[in-house]
Amino acid sequence: MKSTSRLSRALRALRSLSDVANKRRHAVASLACGALVAGLAMSVVLPRAPHVLLIEEARAAEATPAATPATTPGANADTRPDIVKRGEYLARAGDCVACHTAPRGKLFAGGLAMETPFGTLYSPNITPDAQYGIGTWSEEAFFKMMRTGLAQDGRLLYPAMPIAQYTKVTREDSNAIFAYLKSVQPVREPNHKHTLRFPFNQRKLLYGWRTLYFREGEFQPDPTRSVEWNRGAYLVEGLGHCTMCHTKINMLGGSSQSEQFAGGLIPVQNWYAPSLTSDKDGGLGDWSIKDIVDLLQAGISDRGAVYGPMAEVTYHSLQYMTGEDVKAMAVYLKTLPDNRGRKSGPSAPTNTNVFALGEKIYADKCAICHGAKGEGKLQHYPPLAGNQSIEMDSAVNPIRIVLNGGFPPGTMRNPEPYGMPPFAQELNDTDAAAVVTYIRTAWGNHGQPVTARDVNELRNAPLH
Amino acid sequence: MHRRTLGSSVLFVLYVLWSGATFAAANTSGTMPSAMDERVRACTSCHGVQGQGLNNDYFPRIAGKPADYLFNQLAAFRDGGRTYPPMGYLLAFLPDDYLRKISQYFADLQPPYPNADQGEVAPAVLAAGERLVTQGDPARKIPACVACHGARMTGKQPGIPGLLGLHASYIAGQMGTWRSGTRHALAPDCMHAIAVKLTDKDITAVSSWLARQPRPADPRPAPASAERLPLACGSQPQ
Repeated sequence: MKSTSRLSRALRALRSLSDVANKRRHAVASLACGALVAGLAMSVVLPRAPHVLLIEEARAAEATPAATPATTPGANADTRPDIVKRGEYLARAGDCVACHTAPRGKLFAGGLAMETPFGTLYSPNITPDAQYGIGTWSEEAFFKMMRTGLAQDGRLLYPAMPIAQYTKVTREDSNAIFAYLKSVQPVREPNHKHTLRFPFNQRKLLYGWRTLYFREGEFQPDPTRSVEWNRGAYLVEGLGHCTMCHTKINMLGGSSQSEQFAGGLIPVQNWYAPSLTSDKDGGLGDWSIKDIVDLLQAGISDRGAVYGPMAEVTYHSLQYMTGEDVKAMAVYLKTLPDNRGRKSGPSAPTNTNVFALGEKIYADKCAICHGAKGEGKLQHYPPLAGNQSIEMDSAVNPIRIVLNGGFPPGTMRNPEPYGMPPFAQELNDTDAAAVVTYIRTAWGNHGQPVTARDVNELRNAPLH
Repeated sequence: MHRRTLGSSVLFVLYVLWSGATFAAANTSGTMPSAMDERVRACTSCHGVQGQGLNNDYFPRIAGKPADYLFNQLAAFRDGGRTYPPMGYLLAFLPDDYLRKISQYFADLQPPYPNADQGEVAPAVLAAGERLVTQGDPARKIPACVACHGARMTGKQPGIPGLLGLHASYIAGQMGTWRSGTRHALAPDCMHAIAVKLTDKDITAVSSWLARQPRPADPRPAPASAERLPLACGSQPQ
């Protein structure tokens, strides 16, 4: 039985190898080149094959037969340099590195601890190491994982992996990403075990989660929209997985369709991901395409800068994307419908003493950069007057920026960013609350006052 | 002609004023003619406008330390070799090139040193500290601090920091993190190798004595030299 399955796997391996060679032959002009490529593929595959088979067996033993994907061992990844390069670009668009590389860790060797309300998840090794990485995965198995959220061994992936978004990725793009991942340095580093609390450690629960929140299927272009819009939608909804943060996460770790892109607090990290809809309060209603492109790609804009978790997205992902792709994303984002409307009318009434204290602190510590009237100095000192990040309903971000400061990411377009100083060490809760209240309500801003308690609660927010 | 002479003398006066100003900047606390002072406000709000450090134990003097040393520290905070969340957070998304520029900026500043610590410490403790700093303890294979950090204790180019102008509790704190392995330097981590041999008493003695030393006449780090260090240090490759 064992030898039969081993034999059939070996046969499948050979068949896939000949498939690889066939594909290559389409791509390269001469038969000789094809043979050379096939030979190279053989030399990569064959020495690994016996090892690979053992691992396959070990994994197959755990999996249910129905869920075992019909994968073939061996590196049938595309090795054409242009495809690998495209894969690298797409892997950047998907920001794979942000989760699959630990601090001081090797590229894509995983091991990043991701705190969730349900316990800690560790990202897996996705280098081409045969034992610990995806060395034994086939292109087909990788695609199946992207499309269905099922690992090669049939296990359901936890939705810390943005499977509800990656399912929209095309087969061609998935193959290119796989080709790139197969080209990086293999790292022999075992995966950490997740430490989820009961009952969240029961993978079967994921069937429930999937019923509620997972809709399998490739992105479907809208024929009534432009090519640019569709490209933007594909990137935002798919690889970019923007909705993971910019849609409120509920108690079940899912996000509802009706609240899509309407913003929400990122659990554990304690930053507020603002609305991306045309909502003119926190959203992009007032933003020009140029402002959105600048913010995403350079990390700074005439409207403000990225900070906190979004600084990471720009640093690892968006700065590397082409101007056309970022613009396409902006074009798509601008069409997300508004369902709230902008706040208008006079600023919220504030306690006169608090306002006066805030005004004094502002003049003393903030005005030197942000201007006496909150006008800022473009593009390095963001304006605070009319700044949605300051005014929006949630005061989490303005409080945290005052306490923790922050540098926008150093990007190709802004390699030497200006940093906002932290004030946690010099402002007590009352003073920090006063200055945040002041910037949220001065100059016609429509934010609500904040309390010393609001500030105090955020002093212990995690700093990553 | 007259006009030209007048113009020249105005230029000359301006030149004298300018060179005086640069001289003052190099010696005392002038302002640097660079937008860097604006860019690094996030640093100077805690470490002082000139990087001179604040009068507490958390925000040490960074000015005048060798640029490579400062870069290694910034990279370590960013990548996890040193753990202090407020620093790690600020540096998380800054590329190496910029960190090098920030390092060079602070390396080039030489603001005045603070007054030395004055508090009472038993003479025997100070004597023990002075011995370790200047002679080490050959019996325990502990090299003298000055063997690497320079006879003037102002550090050595390109990667060894000065030891003056720091608070005793800051120095002791760093020795503690080196000893426990929570502060890492580039391998081989010579300071870890030394710190594990130090007792709490040694650390108190060394940090108390260092914090009581007068300002150095010449605060600049010693130039790089081919002289071999007593043990291999990843931060100062030889």
